[in-house]
Amino acid sequence: MAYQLDNRPLDLRERFYFPEVIRGIGTLAGHFLRNLFFSRDANPDILARPRGLGYSDNVTLQYPEEKAPYPPGYRGLHRLVPREDGSPRCVACYMCATACPAQCIYIEAAEVPGDPIEKYPAKFVIDELRCVVCGFCVEACPKDAIRMDTGEHAPPSLERVHQLLDEKALLRGPAVSYLSDPWLRRPAPSIPAEALAAMTASARPYPDASDEYAQTPGFSVKALAAEARERAERAGTP
Amino acid sequence: MSTEVKEVLKQVGGPRSSELDAPLSSKRMLVNLGPSHPAMHGTARAVVELEGENIASCKLDIGFLHRGFEKSCESVTWTQVFPYTDRLNYVSSIMNNVGFALAVEKLCKLEVPERAQYLRTITSEIHRICDHLTLVGALGLELGAMTVFLYAIEGRDLLWDRLTELCGARLTSNYARIGGVSRDVPEGWIEKTETTLDRVVLLRDEIDGLLARNRIFYDRTRGVGTVSRADAIDLGFTGPCLRASGEAYDLRKAAPYLVYDRLDFDIPVGSNGDTYDRYLIRIEEMKQSDKMLRQCFRDMAPGELVVRDFRYVLPPKPEVYGTIEGVMAHFKLIMEGIQVPAGEVYGYTEAANGELGFYLVSDGSGRPYKIGLRAPGWPMLAALPIILHGALLSDLVPVFDSINMIGGEVEQ
Repeated sequence: MAYQLDNRPLDLRERFYFPEVIRGIGTLAGHFLRNLFFSRDANPDILARPRGLGYSDNVTLQYPEEKAPYPPGYRGLHRLVPREDGSPRCVACYMCATACPAQCIYIEAAEVPGDPIEKYPAKFVIDELRCVVCGFCVEACPKDAIRMDTGEHAPPSLERVHQLLDEKALLRGPAVSYLSDPWLRRPAPSIPAEALAAMTASARPYPDASDEYAQTPGFSVKALAAEARERAERAGTP
Repeated sequence: MSTEVKEVLKQVGGPRSSELDAPLSSKRMLVNLGPSHPAMHGTARAVVELEGENIASCKLDIGFLHRGFEKSCESVTWTQVFPYTDRLNYVSSIMNNVGFALAVEKLCKLEVPERAQYLRTITSEIHRICDHLTLVGALGLELGAMTVFLYAIEGRDLLWDRLTELCGARLTSNYARIGGVSRDVPEGWIEKTETTLDRVVLLRDEIDGLLARNRIFYDRTRGVGTVSRADAIDLGFTGPCLRASGEAYDLRKAAPYLVYDRLDFDIPVGSNGDTYDRYLIRIEEMKQSDKMLRQCFRDMAPGELVVRDFRYVLPPKPEVYGTIEGVMAHFKLIMEGIQVPAGEVYGYTEAANGELGFYLVSDGSGRPYKIGLRAPGWPMLAALPIILHGALLSDLVPVFDSINMIGGEVEQ
């Protein structure tokens, strides 16, 4: 139900001006004295800093020296996820470029020499100045080849051209392999046999709960991983 | 005029005394406020004609932030509109996401899972608190109370930190999707958010204690920028500004959406419709939002986040990586977009500033045929010259703040 606001006129004490001013200064002085006599807690998690009597109220970070780490799942700078042999997982399917509302991804596909099926991105350029950091490219990728889990934002630069990140700059971070990867399920001539064996050994069945960026919008990574484990157990495969 | 002066004037042949006593017809002064003025919120220009210190007329010049929102949406898929809606009211982006998602779902006749509805309500209410904190802090700042602004921003930043953990970005959250929401809450997030809300309550009460009964603040806001109830309805006000004028109209009560019909909350109503009432109503709404959030945290049960219908929602990644059906659904959805049935619909939600409406026309293809936006702040901004007629120049800035014009949504 609707209720009326408490907008009574000022009473005599409040109209008298000084009592209220003194009360306000009391509030501020409390903060001031605490900040004056107690030093700032440097914990980057502001919420975890103790508050109250005996602690400073200061909630700032001394920025370039102290940085608050971005939480897991933060949409940061893009990276192209490598495979164990150092080549990108990307198969140049153009899904990310299609899903990008800012049209900041440019891809040129090329055939892997000596392999009749595989494609790879000969050029993969992201214009970080056009990027609106929506994360749709990550969601659109059917190969888990592009992620935004670097935990850093686009670095400043003096030249616009330095914000155009190409495949060499983007390809970094920990490698990922899934058992469902087609180049592991059939002998891919472009990968040497021993490298392929190593990749198969390190391949995981499905993203585990730490892979925030392997997630589909609307599905919990943990639930999906558990579901996949169950299905694998039922099928009797490792 | 003393007789000696008159004598002197007579001797030097100056003007007659009647001429001196006549009122001077002064020239009106034109003052440009903005577009990039620290006191103007967002980038808007007010061309004010002054009669002495009073505003004789005020002309608003907007459009500095115009990005062609409605037209841009016609060339992208329905899903790709979400990043654009983030940038409408950039202080409370998830409310725009949710408003758009609800409108599209109305057209698709989609029923969203309960947990997604709760998550949408929670994020909307957190953003309502953020929006109101910004306004209250800025209102204090404009009347010389810098401290209040710092407290408000501290509270807002803590809430934004929680939203970062939830949706991966501070400002441009891009959280809702057609058919649900994009992510579930991380481990321990609810407890952390409750702690944050406790801290925000302290800050809010401190702000209220410093401002509400302070005579400087009271005198500068009481009776300033008054809009009567009848005027507010005629001018098309919605949201806190309408309720401050005495009309108990809130879409969350009048046409409940999401889970608002299950929540126990009240609508605060003002009586004067002045800046002071608009301030008080924001403080009260923050209290109500806080109450709602705690109820949501209590009632929310685990469950699905999106409808499991791959015509609308991307299939889960293991299916995309491993099965041909998953890959096909995925590719079709990305390339062609969601096939929203042909038709038109008006979806409305109660955003922080009032009724946020999306008028959608679909021709059955993967892209919107036309999107019309009813920006909540627009009627209030358009009424500003009427509200301010005859007011002091120094009252322009607090009144301008109290209607909470957000450039991103007004100028689309």
